[in-house]
Amino acid sequence: MSDAQSTRAALARNERKGLKTGTANINAPRWRNALFIAPYMVFFVTLLVLPMLWNIWLSLHRADAFSIGRFIGIGNYDRLLNDAIFLKAVWNTFYFVLLSVPPLALIGLGLALALNRQTRTAAALRTFYFSSSVLSVTIVTLIWRIVFIGQFGLLATIYGWFDATPPAFLSDPDLVMIGIAIATVWWCIGLPMMLYLSALQQIPKEIYEAAALDNAGRWRTLRYITLPSIKRTVILVVIIQIVMQFQLFGQAKLMTNGGPNNESLPIVFYIYQMAFTRWDIGLGAAASEVLFVMILIAAMVQFMVSRKKGDAQ
Amino acid sequence: MTAQIEIKNVTKRYGSLTVLDNISLSIAANEFMVFLGPSGCGKSTLLRMIAGLEAVDDGEIAINGRRIDNLPPGKRGLAMVFQNYAIYPHMSVAENMAFGLRNISVEQSVIDARIKEAARMLEISHLLERKPNQLSGGQRQRVAIGRAIVKEPEAFLFDEPLSNLDAALRVRTRVELAQLRNRVASTMIFVTHDQIEAMTLADRIVVLNNRKIEQIGGPMEIYSRPVSEFVARFVGSPTMNFLDVDIASEGGFARATFPDGAKLQTNILTTGLPEKRMKLGIRAEAVKCVSEAAAATTEGKVDVLERLGDRTLLYTRLADDSVVVAEDIGLSRARIGDTVHLAFDGTACHLFGSDGKAYHPAEGASAAGREADHV
Repeated sequence: MSDAQSTRAALARNERKGLKTGTANINAPRWRNALFIAPYMVFFVTLLVLPMLWNIWLSLHRADAFSIGRFIGIGNYDRLLNDAIFLKAVWNTFYFVLLSVPPLALIGLGLALALNRQTRTAAALRTFYFSSSVLSVTIVTLIWRIVFIGQFGLLATIYGWFDATPPAFLSDPDLVMIGIAIATVWWCIGLPMMLYLSALQQIPKEIYEAAALDNAGRWRTLRYITLPSIKRTVILVVIIQIVMQFQLFGQAKLMTNGGPNNESLPIVFYIYQMAFTRWDIGLGAAASEVLFVMILIAAMVQFMVSRKKGDAQ
Repeated sequence: MTAQIEIKNVTKRYGSLTVLDNISLSIAANEFMVFLGPSGCGKSTLLRMIAGLEAVDDGEIAINGRRIDNLPPGKRGLAMVFQNYAIYPHMSVAENMAFGLRNISVEQSVIDARIKEAARMLEISHLLERKPNQLSGGQRQRVAIGRAIVKEPEAFLFDEPLSNLDAALRVRTRVELAQLRNRVASTMIFVTHDQIEAMTLADRIVVLNNRKIEQIGGPMEIYSRPVSEFVARFVGSPTMNFLDVDIASEGGFARATFPDGAKLQTNILTTGLPEKRMKLGIRAEAVKCVSEAAAATTEGKVDVLERLGDRTLLYTRLADDSVVVAEDIGLSRARIGDTVHLAFDGTACHLFGSDGKAYHPAEGASAAGREADHV
């Protein structure tokens, strides 16, 4: 057998081998492919799933900073229901969501519609409106404190020109939540705007041309062409914002510290106070679970309502 | 009412780029006009300017004597069928068709009647409640046409409406468009780069190239008397044969000498021919494969055979390597590599100057064009 022949034979052997492993497993699961999602799964499980389960477990105990304490079943939940401050915090949170989500959804849409064009000005304004989103909550609240603060604030100065008294957004019990909502809308408006913009840019140009030939004016085009085309994004924005705004904390902590008289105390702030100020970890854990279920229900309801109304599109 | 459309000295620029330069043409009422040209020649732009989707930089457009180029698209009394159909995706077929009518507050009973009639005509009655994503490409196309019909426009504008359909459907829709045209008395403007669509549908064709109108004429006029080499090349399939020839005069008519030395007597008058060396153009159907050498103009070697059933196209190579496509009967016995005798019809050829201008056989000329010499 010549060298060339033996090489060829060896190659053929290898080929056959390769072919065998290649075909035998074609329908079998390839577990090593799971490695691709392993890095994500590690963090997802250790930082999200385990703490979540651990939190449920904690909420069933009389836990404090040092020990998990004794098992008390739904005792913590019972305490929550009888805690007027917690119920107030729940009400405050719903009120805040109601105050902040509709403006975020509507103003975001308005900005996107206005800035959905290819001019330099529009591009600059898009950046401008989005820029507040990159600020940290500390900066945002600092800015809005400067605006709202009595006597020296921007608002007070402007009202002062007309010899008027500015609304006390930081201290009036009826206005504090509105003040926090204004700051929040200003802070969070960038994301809805960007989501709407990307949705608007997906709408084919020809549809607008067809509508123009169909004699549709601006309002009818908006009502019958644009809005139906971005319906899914509207739902997405509303769900995202509900989930986010239910978790109000930083603004309330830094602008009003929950006051006056707990008027601006949201659930997350309550959890923080119970768990990390009073070290009543079990109660804090139970309150977290209530918030979790609230967010879940709100998102599900929103999702299902829009699904039912929606079509097969 | 049907539209008579007048386009006067229209120019379109994008920045420093001129895409249409001083275009003037007039479209008669009820005429089926096709804008034909290669991509980028400005044909769609011209249509979109008529529709009002592009601004007119210079010149004016009038419908029935009323200037419309400054009116918004909806006020021009036109309906357009788009290449990608542009059906409203979230509306049912019926809603799609009704939208344009509701916008101008047409009575619901009238809307219903018009939709019913259009749906019947287009055979989409069973689809009226469906959403566009439940329709095939051909059905969407019908909906787009239906949406145009119910508006009862003064003119229909079609922007390459068949180009997204598969080959079989395209042919069928083409025939249906021709039928539709007979039923709906209206002016129609149809943009295409497909010369077969243009030939089959048009009353008149506007051939556009390089920002300008090359030729306006009936399909057969465009086909048999193209004004320029561009039109001759663009219209007809297979593409017209072109040979560089030397011209001599024979009794007042041009006699062409092929690069391989063969001679062909034409009935194109030599008076007015600008050059001695020109391009001869002749369509494949005027170059026949003959059995006797005596009847042939020259001979060529077969490179490629295309059997089309009713006829066979022979891609032949002359002695000097110039390529000539010739036609033979469907049951041609020629094979690749054969040398075949080719008879050129001297009465059906054209001459083109170096500027591209075409010279045709004199109308009713009686030259001895058929007596082609064979060398």
